Amino acid sequence: MTTFTHYLGDDHTHCDELFTAAENAVAEKNWNDARTRFQDFHAAMRRHFAMEEDVLFPAFEARTGMVGGPTFIMRGEHEQMLGLMDSMRAALAREDYRAYMSLSETLLMLMRQHNMKEENILYPMADQALAAERDGLLATLSGLEHTQHA
Amino acid sequence: MSRHGLAYEQAPPFGVPLLFMLVAPAFLFAAGVLAMLPHWTADLLAPRTVALTHLLTLGFLGLVMLGALTQMLPVVGGVPVPGAVWVGRIAWAGLTLGTPLLAWGMDAMHTGALRLAGGWIALTLCPYLAAGALALARARSIDTVRGMRLAVAALPVVVLLGLGLVAWLRGDWQPADPLRWLERHAIAGLAGWIGMLVMATAWQVVPMLQVTPPYPPRLTRALAWGLGVSLAWALLAPSPWQRIGHAGIGVGLVAFALVTLDVLRRRRRKTPDVTLDYWRVAMICLIAACLLFLTGGPHTPRLLAGVLFLLGFAVSVTHGMLGKIVPFLAWFHLQSRRNGRGAGLPTMKDFLPDGAARRQFRLHVASLACLSGAPFLPALAMPGGALLAASAFVLALNLVRAARLYRSHGGGF
Repeated sequence: MTTFTHYLGDDHTHCDELFTAAENAVAEKNWNDARTRFQDFHAAMRRHFAMEEDVLFPAFEARTGMVGGPTFIMRGEHEQMLGLMDSMRAALAREDYRAYMSLSETLLMLMRQHNMKEENILYPMADQALAAERDGLLATLSGLEHTQHA
Repeated sequence: MSRHGLAYEQAPPFGVPLLFMLVAPAFLFAAGVLAMLPHWTADLLAPRTVALTHLLTLGFLGLVMLGALTQMLPVVGGVPVPGAVWVGRIAWAGLTLGTPLLAWGMDAMHTGALRLAGGWIALTLCPYLAAGALALARARSIDTVRGMRLAVAALPVVVLLGLGLVAWLRGDWQPADPLRWLERHAIAGLAGWIGMLVMATAWQVVPMLQVTPPYPPRLTRALAWGLGVSLAWALLAPSPWQRIGHAGIGVGLVAFALVTLDVLRRRRRKTPDVTLDYWRVAMICLIAACLLFLTGGPHTPRLLAGVLFLLGFAVSVTHGMLGKIVPFLAWFHLQSRRNGRGAGLPTMKDFLPDGAARRQFRLHVASLACLSGAPFLPALAMPGGALLAASAFVLALNLVRAARLYRSHGGGF
């Protein structure tokens, strides 16, 4: 039986791989490839945010009554990441190597410390608080992932 | 469910870690100036060598590590350091004022200054240690938190043994074998506080910053427990257990360094990164220092082991971490002030441009090369010390530039 920690943690790893693929393409100044890979990364991140913001966080908030707590902070950091990704897309359109790399370094730090907080703290809390409904929620997450892939 | 797990948003204001980090390079600079005089190259226990060591350990490393912990604990363990602003300021004042007096007291063998500085540092570290211990006790027990607990538990041992040594120097008491006290003080400080803290932090930050595979969980678990037990044995009276403890520390740290080099080799990013170079230098120096320590032998290799451990391992990691932490926190706090509307804000490489970071790295490596040779060729102390001071100066410039840019965009402390 899987857990939120495993399921969403694995999705973090998947997003990290797509991030790296896009950055590596920029590092080689292979701009067309970089744009495609960045789109894949961007889509995967939006999907991940949707899984959290539309399914996991509301369930966690309803169960624990913690509305202004960790999920609030995580939503704020999602917004920050989306803002950076918008700027990265603009840098890709301009083929601006320096701007992309600086934004990408910043996004990486933000993303990885965000993931660390989720994987070390929030997901284990959710696994505990939502134990009774976990399988149903995981099925919903999986469905969301496949719908958005399609 | 523990409500303490909810507190990870309660990272301290940027001013708390920044205060520690802006002042720390002054001690690295002072260590460089002192290292230019070759007296330290002859004897591990010469007053100047001991003074130099404390400028590095308490002044530079101590300040950065205490400052970084206030920031790390909320992210890694989900717990804020209670009263971080105040306990941070008190500990900062303790090290900033106490370390120069302690180093001068050591260099001049002025026992009154040593007692005053030692007492002041011990007293001002107490609130920080109590708050840190409380936070760590509440934190979720992952291996990094276990390692940090050990490191924070080692620090009062280091301080108490240090105070005991000051009392011995003043003639207030006569231990049977003061050199054994000194050895324990050094092991608890170097392996317990510095080694454990760097190792436990690396388990999180190396995969986080370099996009590497994680450290094998069995290894981190074995290292957290193995080094804890080894440290406890190493602090015992001379016995086979104590020797096993020494060997366990050396083997554990070498294993950590080898696995770190392997994890870094499997890094997925292709972009050059100066922090990656700092980590590689640090791990190679840690292996060399441990091998020299384990093989024992005469004075000169021991002095070299000290240079490699402190400057090659600990200072290298600290340079690398500062280059990531300060630019990121500057960006993050500016962003948060604008409620996420960050378009037009400087990004990390604006706070610390690659060229400036690379200059700092080259100076550091050059100083390390010269100072590693100085125990064998004392003439190298002069250029080595000058390069160390220069690396500290460039570090300070880079940090001040980041802080000024932060402020010019409306950032507060």
